[in-house]
Amino acid sequence: MSVTERFPESLYAPAERRMAEALVEIERQAMEDAEDCDCKEGMFNGLTRRGLLMGGVALGGSALAGGRARAEAPPGAIEYDVQPDPTKEQGRLILDDGGYGSRSQFESEVRWRYPTASIDSSWSMTPLASGRGMITPSGLHFERHHGGIPAIDPQTHELFLHGMVDKPMRFTMDDLKRLPSVSKIHFIECSGNGLTEWAKPTLKTVQGTHGLTSTSEWTGVRLSTLLEMAGVQDSAAWILAEGADAAVMTRSVPIDKAMDDAILAYAQNGEAIRPEQGYPLRLLLPGYEGNTHIKWLRRLEVSDKPFMTREETSKYTDLMPDGTARQFSLAMEAKSVITFPSGAMKLPRAGFYEVTGIAWSGRGKIAKVEVSADGGSTWQEATLDSPVLDKCHTRFRLPWTWTGEEAVLQSRAVDETGYVQPTLEKLVEVRGLKSVYHLNAIQSWHIAPDGEVTNVHA
Amino acid sequence: MFTRNLTIICALGALAQPAMAQDATRTSAALPETLESTGERAPMEVPNSSADEVGVIAPAENAYGIGQPATEDEIAAINIDVMPDGTGLPEGSGTYAEGEELYETICAACHGSDMMGVSELGAPRLIGGRGTLASDAPVKTVESYWPYASTFFDYTHRAMPMNEPGSLSADEVYAISAYVLGKAGITSTEPDSVMDADAMSKVVMPNADGFVSDPRPDVGE
Repeated sequence: MSVTERFPESLYAPAERRMAEALVEIERQAMEDAEDCDCKEGMFNGLTRRGLLMGGVALGGSALAGGRARAEAPPGAIEYDVQPDPTKEQGRLILDDGGYGSRSQFESEVRWRYPTASIDSSWSMTPLASGRGMITPSGLHFERHHGGIPAIDPQTHELFLHGMVDKPMRFTMDDLKRLPSVSKIHFIECSGNGLTEWAKPTLKTVQGTHGLTSTSEWTGVRLSTLLEMAGVQDSAAWILAEGADAAVMTRSVPIDKAMDDAILAYAQNGEAIRPEQGYPLRLLLPGYEGNTHIKWLRRLEVSDKPFMTREETSKYTDLMPDGTARQFSLAMEAKSVITFPSGAMKLPRAGFYEVTGIAWSGRGKIAKVEVSADGGSTWQEATLDSPVLDKCHTRFRLPWTWTGEEAVLQSRAVDETGYVQPTLEKLVEVRGLKSVYHLNAIQSWHIAPDGEVTNVHA
Repeated sequence: MFTRNLTIICALGALAQPAMAQDATRTSAALPETLESTGERAPMEVPNSSADEVGVIAPAENAYGIGQPATEDEIAAINIDVMPDGTGLPEGSGTYAEGEELYETICAACHGSDMMGVSELGAPRLIGGRGTLASDAPVKTVESYWPYASTFFDYTHRAMPMNEPGSLSADEVYAISAYVLGKAGITSTEPDSVMDADAMSKVVMPNADGFVSDPRPDVGE
């Protein structure tokens, strides 16, 4: 077959043709010392077993690919030789990364693991300070695990739906992917987000104070679809959701929420959901505290009562000053935080800065975000990036000129129900200092005359 | 140039190879096969319903011919939850004395022989703390905070011990429950006292009435 036949001009531009021809030539060279070849098919016929092995190795993440040892590169990046003048030599070849893509070797943002005593039960936080827009990259979505991250084969994973239903059912992942689906962009926030910050400013960065919230596009089947297929009985009021991890995590979900907007999600940001986010299937309860979004979902049991699992009794309950504890505080209330500038940064000099951050509410859309540079004495309305979505991070921005004098930056969100994000003082007035969860107060960043940004209670 | 060639070959390998022969145990996805003549990667396989019979298809009535009935045996095999009224408690029993031995062997390494927890391990304290919830230094334990004994059984059965979750038999969990709840001063500490489904569903925890439902929004402007 001639090159012309192989790469006809109708399909290939000159540069592409040259590249394709180069590939064929390299392949030919590789073939010359090939001892055997049992794979003569496809466009790149005649690839050697050696090539296959190399391809496999490259996919396995070895250091063989074009760049230097991958261990030198930040996570998710490949370290390449930096070209003195990239206009004077060819760049690296397409698919050098194995076909999945990698980020620039000059980017190093990663999740940060909160130093819990147990490494099995731990959480990692999203680097919000460098976040842009409203979507969290899947690899930077915060994590909270109670028994590690299971490795589950989707071909054997099943979801059971039983209890107070007319027809108990069993679904394979294939089944779920054949049912009508939806894609929705929603935040998930752990109700423990900010738990270190009740009594005094503790962590220094916005990743530490607010990094347990992230936003993804989630795709899956509406839970209501399955419930209608199975036929929910009249007295049903709660559903137990159970994961297939070592914690066999369980939470009770009100049936109204399940019928409203709950999603059985198998995809995140356009691809299969990440293992640490529940692969192959997680429950998504838009606006509800993160712990209820059961990952590695294997079972749903319908009942007339809540199940009173460990997490919804002994853990995710909010202790009040009088010694009683609030239970099933499920919706995450409106909250916002300035991500730039934020804690532990240093403004190099007086001048123009765009103040930006995120706002979100578990009760609907964000209606308004205001920003103060004087600790809450005066407020200016920020611009909201569109689209402003239901139960979703909303990016706000406000141009700001720092004069070089002391300042305290704050943001205050209002959601479509009219709820106004409270000050910490007001929150503590009602809830005391022992409730651990659901801290949604206004965050203050102090700007010192030397430009140092610190976490303060103002 | 040699490195560059290797790189290209790697890329080709990733691009063009048919699925590798699969071992008996699947541990990862096979690469998609390539299509003849163009060499494109094959798209995903169209998921197939597990239903034995497609039956009537009526999407408007939520009939899709997808999924299959779950049998009682299949459900029983994973239906492990236990509710406060005792629903779900399995058959079996265990004594305080048996529980003490099991606790020392299985639980004490993390939670301490004295049940005070080992903070370096992240293992919480299990007993004590009664009367502290309204104070400035609340101590939340099974004894002082947990509203239902069923939750203790359920959680211990499904997720403990950390190094071998889900390994305890119903008898063992009953015995450990008898011992821990006994040490907590909630149930009998007689060595022969028995914990079983009936006894467990009758346990009243000290903080049973300590929980209120969510009153938020609770902070006005």
